[in-house]
Amino acid sequence: MSSPATPRTINALAAGEVALIAAIDRAGLAPETAQRLCELGFDEGVDVEILHRAPFGGDPIAVRVGNMVVALRRDMAALIEVAA
Amino acid sequence: MNAPAMLSRTPVVALVGNPNAGKTSLFNALTGSRQKVGNYPGVTVERKAGRLALPDGRVCDLIDLPGTYSLTPRSPDEAVTRDAIFGRIAGEKPLDAIVAVIDATNLRNHLRFVLELKPLGLPLVVALNMVDLAARDGIVIDAARLSALIGLPVVETVAVRKRGLDALGRALAADIGDTPPALPIAAASDLKALQKQARQICAAVETSTGAARRWSQRIDAVALHPVAGPLLLAAILFFMFQAVFSWAEAPMGWIEAGIAALQADLAQRLPDGVLLSLINDGVLAGVGAVVVFLPQILILFAFIIALEQSGYMTRAAFLMDRLMARVGLNGRAFIPLLSSFACAIPGIMATRTIDSPRDRLTTILIAPLMTCSARLPVYAVVIGAFIPARDVGPFGLQGLVLFALYLAGILGALVAAFALRRTVTKGAAPPFLMEMPKYQWPAGRDMALGLYGRATAFLQRAGTIILASTIVLWGLASWPQPPADGNRPAIEYSLAGKIGEALEPIFAPIGFNKEIVFALVPGMAAREVAVSALGTVYALQGVDEEHADGLIAQLRAAWPLPTALAFLAWFVFAPQCISTLAITRRETASWRWPIFMFSYLFAAAYVAAGLTYHLAVAAGL
Repeated sequence: MSSPATPRTINALAAGEVALIAAIDRAGLAPETAQRLCELGFDEGVDVEILHRAPFGGDPIAVRVGNMVVALRRDMAALIEVAA
Repeated sequence: MNAPAMLSRTPVVALVGNPNAGKTSLFNALTGSRQKVGNYPGVTVERKAGRLALPDGRVCDLIDLPGTYSLTPRSPDEAVTRDAIFGRIAGEKPLDAIVAVIDATNLRNHLRFVLELKPLGLPLVVALNMVDLAARDGIVIDAARLSALIGLPVVETVAVRKRGLDALGRALAADIGDTPPALPIAAASDLKALQKQARQICAAVETSTGAARRWSQRIDAVALHPVAGPLLLAAILFFMFQAVFSWAEAPMGWIEAGIAALQADLAQRLPDGVLLSLINDGVLAGVGAVVVFLPQILILFAFIIALEQSGYMTRAAFLMDRLMARVGLNGRAFIPLLSSFACAIPGIMATRTIDSPRDRLTTILIAPLMTCSARLPVYAVVIGAFIPARDVGPFGLQGLVLFALYLAGILGALVAAFALRRTVTKGAAPPFLMEMPKYQWPAGRDMALGLYGRATAFLQRAGTIILASTIVLWGLASWPQPPADGNRPAIEYSLAGKIGEALEPIFAPIGFNKEIVFALVPGMAAREVAVSALGTVYALQGVDEEHADGLIAQLRAAWPLPTALAFLAWFVFAPQCISTLAITRRETASWRWPIFMFSYLFAAAYVAAGLTYHLAVAAGL
């Protein structure tokens, strides 16, 4: 898995910025969670975009992945790297 | 197998699909009102079955299996779906065919599940549902090409408009043979590879004008806006509670009047005696006290179903997740807890949408701390009697006390959740990952069927466990009867009175007198019954919340202020009614949790009432 010095994760995406998923740190996830992420469409090469950040601190976030919208907390989004 | 047995064989067809694929709408459209809702044995997973007539004259059993993202289950619901597909559920016939319901607006992800189902070898028909919404979003799918690429029949449907149902029936009839297919065998599937394959197929059959989800995104721009979003949620909730309390007022009055008329009529027809007392004071009074909440519960459920079906519910969970996370819950616990302000029963039933078992259990355990409407009559009488009706600044003192009681319940629930998640329901919750489906208008038929199902579930419970428990409580309060020369209230001579006397030493340290303890016993049937029980104890006839003035004067004379405050504190936490314990027993499928719930709330109530009493005494009140 390629890991540049500071991998850019979903959390770092600017509003309206669309990026492709470069890598998912599956080792940092329970196997069931890694699988659920996959079932919800998170996979290398799929386009993602942050649509909304929740009030009271910007956590969780609503992410468009493919043509599905998924809510997840930022600690999990931090495990998903994107390529510009 | 001989010929007659073959003729009488009823094929079993299951609807399978991802959550939000419109599976239940399709089920409702195919079966109409001919459906049976029950439970799978041992789990609180709803079993929905109906009859489907095929165009060739055969009739099959249609089962609506819980929505799941894959064959690897992560919740009891999803496990039922897997076990049903593999024919592993005791008492359930193996499947003859599967209808895989997929959302045309989300082909990619839903198609992956179809590819996972295909190798099982069961006859499989794909219902490409919600093609109308796909068209609205500018998505066109070549169904014939899709069918050729995946090697399965594909039927375009719009469940809510009953479109494509005949074609679906024809495809099923062609697929279902005269003998049952072999049971499928589980095989490991490479999810990532299937995902990739699904994306490739999707790219080949789907053309999108890029307007996808435009409508949902426009609504979300407001509904999930950092400022407007919470305001909209607050407005919706405010409207919902207004509706629950004000729209229900008239029908609740009719039910009360109807029960009173029935009681009066029976009193005319039947001789005065045990039978009349059993029917009037036991059955009608007890069950009536619960059934009277039916209008509120129906209105509440109508709102919840509409919020669920429209897709807004997940937005509310999104907005509230941060706050709920602080006490170890997730956003999905918000609506069940909110519903519990009307009544804990629908609230606890609504926890079924929480996918994490620990979060769900925690939510069930704290739901009774939300001040339900049955506690209002109790609060109203005691506040009316003891809290002076004067103003504190711009607010009335009585209203402030009532507000404080609600707030105490909420804070108690937060503290309880925090403590429970670190002890009894300890353990990592599955991470918060939630699909936010597109917005849809709730379909009238689906709302009506959903409401009907929940109303009958509620009435069945009122008709069984609540009926039984009210009869027992009536018996305790009526026997033995007072001696002819008895000059004290009848309840003091009864078993309930004896129980009250036995319990009195337990309650004396927190300032409760004998009369209060008497009232707590029948108050278990339903909280507001405590008011009429107090009336009985203080030898008043026919006291209820509308005729409480006499009782208010009586209480004012009989209770010191610290006792009254302790009584209020007690009701914030404890006497959860028998119906709540019964529904908890049902939803957790064991007696362990209702007993635990009763014990911890009893302890909390005891401590709260005791603290209140002694602080008030120390303050010289």
